[in-house]
Amino acid sequence: MAMLGRRGLLLLALLAAAILLPPWFGTYHTRFATQIAIYGMAALSVDLLLGYTGLITFGQAALFGVGAYAAGMLTVYGVTNALVAWPLAILVSMLFALAIGSLSLRTRGFQFIMVTLAFAQMVYYFAQSLRNWGGDDGFTVPQRNDLGFISLADHTTFYYVVLALLVLVVWLSQRIVRSEFGMVIRGIRDNERRAAAVGFPPYPYKLVVFVIAGGIAGLAGALMANHAKFVSPAGLSWQLSGELLAMVILGSANSLIGPILGAAFFLAFRDVLSDYTEHWMLFFGPLLVARVLLMKEGIWGLLVRATGAEEKRAPAKLDFPAASAEAAQPNPGASR
Amino acid sequence: MTLALLVEQLFNGLQFGMMLFLMAVGVTLVFGIMRVINLAHGSLFMIGGYFLMAALAWTQSYALAVPLAFIAAALVAVVLEIIVLRPLYRRGPLDQVLATFGLTLFFNEAVTVIWGRESIPLSIPPFLTGSVEIIPGGAYPIYRLVITGVAIVAGLLLYLLITRTRVGALIRAGSDNREIVAALGININLLYTLVFALSAMLAALAGIMMGPLLSVEPGAGDPILILALVVVVIGGIGSVRGALVGALMVGIFDTLSRVLIPLVIQTNATSALVGMAVYVLMAVVLLFSRTGLFAAHRG
Repeated sequence: MAMLGRRGLLLLALLAAAILLPPWFGTYHTRFATQIAIYGMAALSVDLLLGYTGLITFGQAALFGVGAYAAGMLTVYGVTNALVAWPLAILVSMLFALAIGSLSLRTRGFQFIMVTLAFAQMVYYFAQSLRNWGGDDGFTVPQRNDLGFISLADHTTFYYVVLALLVLVVWLSQRIVRSEFGMVIRGIRDNERRAAAVGFPPYPYKLVVFVIAGGIAGLAGALMANHAKFVSPAGLSWQLSGELLAMVILGSANSLIGPILGAAFFLAFRDVLSDYTEHWMLFFGPLLVARVLLMKEGIWGLLVRATGAEEKRAPAKLDFPAASAEAAQPNPGASR
Repeated sequence: MTLALLVEQLFNGLQFGMMLFLMAVGVTLVFGIMRVINLAHGSLFMIGGYFLMAALAWTQSYALAVPLAFIAAALVAVVLEIIVLRPLYRRGPLDQVLATFGLTLFFNEAVTVIWGRESIPLSIPPFLTGSVEIIPGGAYPIYRLVITGVAIVAGLLLYLLITRTRVGALIRAGSDNREIVAALGININLLYTLVFALSAMLAALAGIMMGPLLSVEPGAGDPILILALVVVVIGGIGSVRGALVGALMVGIFDTLSRVLIPLVIQTNATSALVGMAVYVLMAVVLLFSRTGLFAAHRG
C-alpha cells in the first residue's frame, strides 16, 4: 500500500465508497449515484477544456444534449444495442464538437466564452424545433439500451456500467493529460505564444481536446437518455452549461476527480434543499458567488490538503494570466 | 409578399435591433471599461419588466410607474456593483463568468419567489395603443414606433454623454488606460459604479419597453442576453459603434428571416432554420473576422 501513497489511498477509498454504498442504501440512492456519475463525466469533459487547456466553454451542454438526442433517437428507431448506439452517440457529438470548435477556437478569451454560448444556444433552438421529436417537450425513450444479452433495465446493473465507464473515462483522460500531447496542451494553457514559438501551433491541439471533450460529453448524454428514459431541449440549455462549469469549480479544476465531486456536491445540495423548498436556486446562486469570491480551492483541493495527499508538482495557475493579459490590452473601442 | 409587409417587417427589425442595441451596448461598455463580462445583464432586463409591473400595480399610472421602475433597477445595479462586481475587476474571466452566472440563477429564482412562476402579461399604455399608416395600406402599431424612437433617443444621449461631457471623457480615458486615469486622481470606483448603473439602466429600459410586447416571466432576460452577446461578438467586443451595427444587423436579419425563410423553404426543418439564422450570421462574420466587425485595436 505504501506504493500507492496518500493520494492513491484517497482515490481508492472514494472508489470503494462508490462501488459499495449506493446499492447498500437502496434504489433511490443508486439512481442518485448514477446521476452523479453521469454529470460527473460531463463535468470532467469541461475540466479537460478548462483545467488542462485553459478554454472556458459555456456550451458543453449542447454536446451533452446531442449525445442524449442521438442515443434516444436510435433507441426509438430500434437500435437498442448499447455497443452500437453509444459509440454512434459519441461520434455524433464529436462531429458537432468539430463544427463548433473549428469556428469558436478562432476566437479567444472573453469572445470564446460568448461564441461557445451562442453556438450551444443555436443547437438548443435546433432541438426545440424538432417537432417530430416533441419540440420543446422532448420525447420519452421506450427502454434502456442493452449490452447484447445483458439488460440494463435493473438500476444497480446500469449504475455499475455507468461507474465502470466513468472510471474508464478518468483513466483515459489521465493518460491523455500525462502524455506528451497533454504536456503540449498544458503548455498552451500557460502561455499560448510560447507554445507556438517552440513549434506547437495552438489551434489544432485545442481543436483535438475540444473534440475529445465533446465525445466524453456525448457519452454522458447518451447515458443520461438511458438513465432518465427521457430527452428534451432542457438537456442542452445554457443553464446546464453554466452548472457544469460550476461543478468543475466547486470540485476543483485541473484534477479530473474534482469535477465528479463537484457534481456530487451540486446534486446533493439540490436534493437536500428540494426537501425544504422548491427555490433551491435562491441559495445555489449566492453559494456560487461566494465560492468564486471567497474560496481559493474546490472540494478535491480541500480534501487533498486535509489528508496531506498533495502531489509534488507546481499547482496550475487557473486565473488565465495569458488570456486575460491578451484581453486586457488597450482597447479604445468603447469610445468610438 | 407585398411592399407594405416588407416595410412593416423592416420596422419590426429596426425596433428589435434597437432593443438589442440597448442591451448590447451595456455589455460592451462594462467590458470596455471594467474588463468584466457580465452574464447577469439579462437579469437587469428581466427586473426592468417586473419592476414596471409592480410599480403599475401600485401606482396605476404609467407616467409614475416607468420612472419608478427605472430608478429601482438602477438602485439594484448600484448595490450589485458594490457587493459582487467590484471584487471581480481584478479576477480572470472564469471567476467573472461564474459569479455573474450565479447572480442570474439567483435573480431568476428571486422573481419566482416574489411574483410566481407564471408569465405575467402587461398591457400597452392606453395612450399608445392603435396604429398609424406608415405607407399606404400598411398600418403600424404606435407603441412599436414609440419604443423605437425612445431607444434611438437613448442611443443619441449615450453618444452625447460619451463624446461631449466630462464623464464621457473619463469613460473614454478609463477604457484606454484605467491605471493612468486612477493615477490622475480620478475616483475610478465611482466611475465604475456609474458605468455599471448606466449599462443596467439601458438594460432595464429595454426590459420596461419590451414588457408589453413579450411577457414578464422568470428567465425572460436570458434569450435576450444571449442575442446581445451574439451582437457583441459580431460588432467587436468593447466597441459601441460595433454594438449599434451588430444590433441592427441581428435585429433586421432575425426579423426578415422569420418572414422570408418560410416563404422560400416549406419543410419540417423550416422552423429550425429560422431559429438558427442569427447564429449562422455570427458564424459567417467569424469566418471573415476573428474579432468582429469593429474590432478594438490589438497590440
